[in-house]
Amino acid sequence: MTDALIPNQGNMLRKFAHSAGRAVTPILILVAWQIASATGLVPERTLASPLHVIGTFWTLIADGELQDNLLVSLRRAMEGLAIGVSFGTVFALISGLSRSGEAAVDAPLQILRAIPFLALVPLFILWFGIGETPKIALVALGTIYPVYLNLYAGIRGIDKKLLEAGACFGLNHWQILRHIVLPGALPSFLVGLRYAVGISWLSLVVAEQINASSGIGYLIMSARDFMRTDIIVVGLIVYGLLGLLTDILIRTLEHRALAWRPSILKG
Amino acid sequence: MKTNPRSAPDVSVRGLTRRFGANTVLRGLDLDIESGEFVALLGRSGSGKTTFLRTLAGLDAVTQGEVRLPANRAVVFQEPRLMPWKKVWQNVTLGLTGADARGRAVAALKEVGLDHRLDAWPATLSGGEAQRVALARALVREPQLLLLDEPFAALDALTRIRMHELVAALWTVHKPSVLLVTHDVDEALLLADRALVLEDGRIRTELKITQPHPRARAMIGFSLMRADLLSALGVDVDGPAGIAKPADTVACRVPDDAKPRRTAPVLRSV
Ligand SMILES: Nc1ncnc2c1ncn2[C@@H]1O[C@H](COP(=O)(O)OP(=O)(O)O)[C@@H](O)[C@H]1O
Ligand SMILES: [Mg+2]
Repeated sequence: MTDALIPNQGNMLRKFAHSAGRAVTPILILVAWQIASATGLVPERTLASPLHVIGTFWTLIADGELQDNLLVSLRRAMEGLAIGVSFGTVFALISGLSRSGEAAVDAPLQILRAIPFLALVPLFILWFGIGETPKIALVALGTIYPVYLNLYAGIRGIDKKLLEAGACFGLNHWQILRHIVLPGALPSFLVGLRYAVGISWLSLVVAEQINASSGIGYLIMSARDFMRTDIIVVGLIVYGLLGLLTDILIRTLEHRALAWRPSILKG
Repeated sequence: MKTNPRSAPDVSVRGLTRRFGANTVLRGLDLDIESGEFVALLGRSGSGKTTFLRTLAGLDAVTQGEVRLPANRAVVFQEPRLMPWKKVWQNVTLGLTGADARGRAVAALKEVGLDHRLDAWPATLSGGEAQRVALARALVREPQLLLLDEPFAALDALTRIRMHELVAALWTVHKPSVLLVTHDVDEALLLADRALVLEDGRIRTELKITQPHPRARAMIGFSLMRADLLSALGVDVDGPAGIAKPADTVACRVPDDAKPRRTAPVLRSV
């Protein structure tokens, strides 16, 4: 027990020292920023001071304004993501599992992929108006591709020898899909999912800044009208935190779902 | 492909021909395997051993010739081919139907000495352990015909010896018919009732090994049989001179027009 603890403690100390070391530069930047604001070098209308931003953060939370808008944004992201991931998964299964399915699905998706999906915003507004639909549709559209591409590659990359072993041990088509193809393609799917989540925030930033009456993007845009750089910075921080948190979430998911992988077994 | 009820012979192959484009790998191959018989199939690399085994496994369709097989077959490949995302015991129960699959898997893993690694991930197993899991996965199906394609080729010498002992013991207990593809002459001599050499798409040499199990390299006639098989494989080893070869250790070179017959072996020296 103690034998095992001693190197662990050393490890933890080293880890702590390492992360403390990494924090030095950001803290210095914050300090410099605060000094620049306090001395008037950087005026409030250009960029609010760190302390001011923290105060605004607190006020927005106390008012409930931040949470309300955050929830709206989260909901848009999740709904769009759910739709995009579902379609991406279905398309990947169709084209990954059959040659005729590939012929039917892959070409149109590749053509669509050549168009930057954010360029479709004007069309979406014409089609769906300015309610929730165009925002969710934009997220959905942006997240289909990463899921489709990765899962498709994952399915096609399954070791043929394992498929053969499965057939050899009497698995039917459905069992091969369930016991070999899907678990084998899961790592690629999760890679696609991670990209998709990143893209969902990106699409939301664009969609909420064009026309919205709620959401983090709306909070930022209305702050611009009043030159409230403090609120804009709060919005940016929230976007950053969201990206960070979802990344951690998916990494945790990967660690659990892919516990069998040699890289995870070692780590 | 027809299946027959349990009666000798278990496997009957007549005139099996297999081509890959212009490359004829098997040409009119004939073979019988008796129920419970352990047959080793030797041959140079590329002689078509795997092709033949895949046909018996049902992985390749029979396009020319006739093959009669028991329905219940199991294969161990050269690589373990375990599903990395399934724990050891789940790999063994893969595709298994019937009650208490896990219990049966545990019993099979116990037989190969791995009941302490039931919940391990395949990536954490050594080569020998992984191959033993593959063996358990085949055994748990209680196959009437066990097909082994160079299952020990990738293992180190020590592990291989232990695997030989394990396979011999398991075969003695369960008595499936076995076709072991190998390029290791010693392996064939230690395990098989009959060693065959595949050459030019047919069984060209047949050697009966009647020594009782368990066998050791020190057994009578070992080096003679070894030299015979090696020479059939194109490697010349001088056997000890002046020692008369016992009739049952002489490899039988089957001429093109004759078929090797398990029932009436015509033994001739090479
Ligand atoms: N799927 C295939 N397509 C084309 N040629 C093949 C295929 N499988 C095997 N062969 C050819 O058949 C011959 C015998 O191969 P194989 O049965 O693997 O030999 P062995 O197992 O005895 O080493 C080789 O010449 C090989 O190139
Ligand atoms: Mg081979």
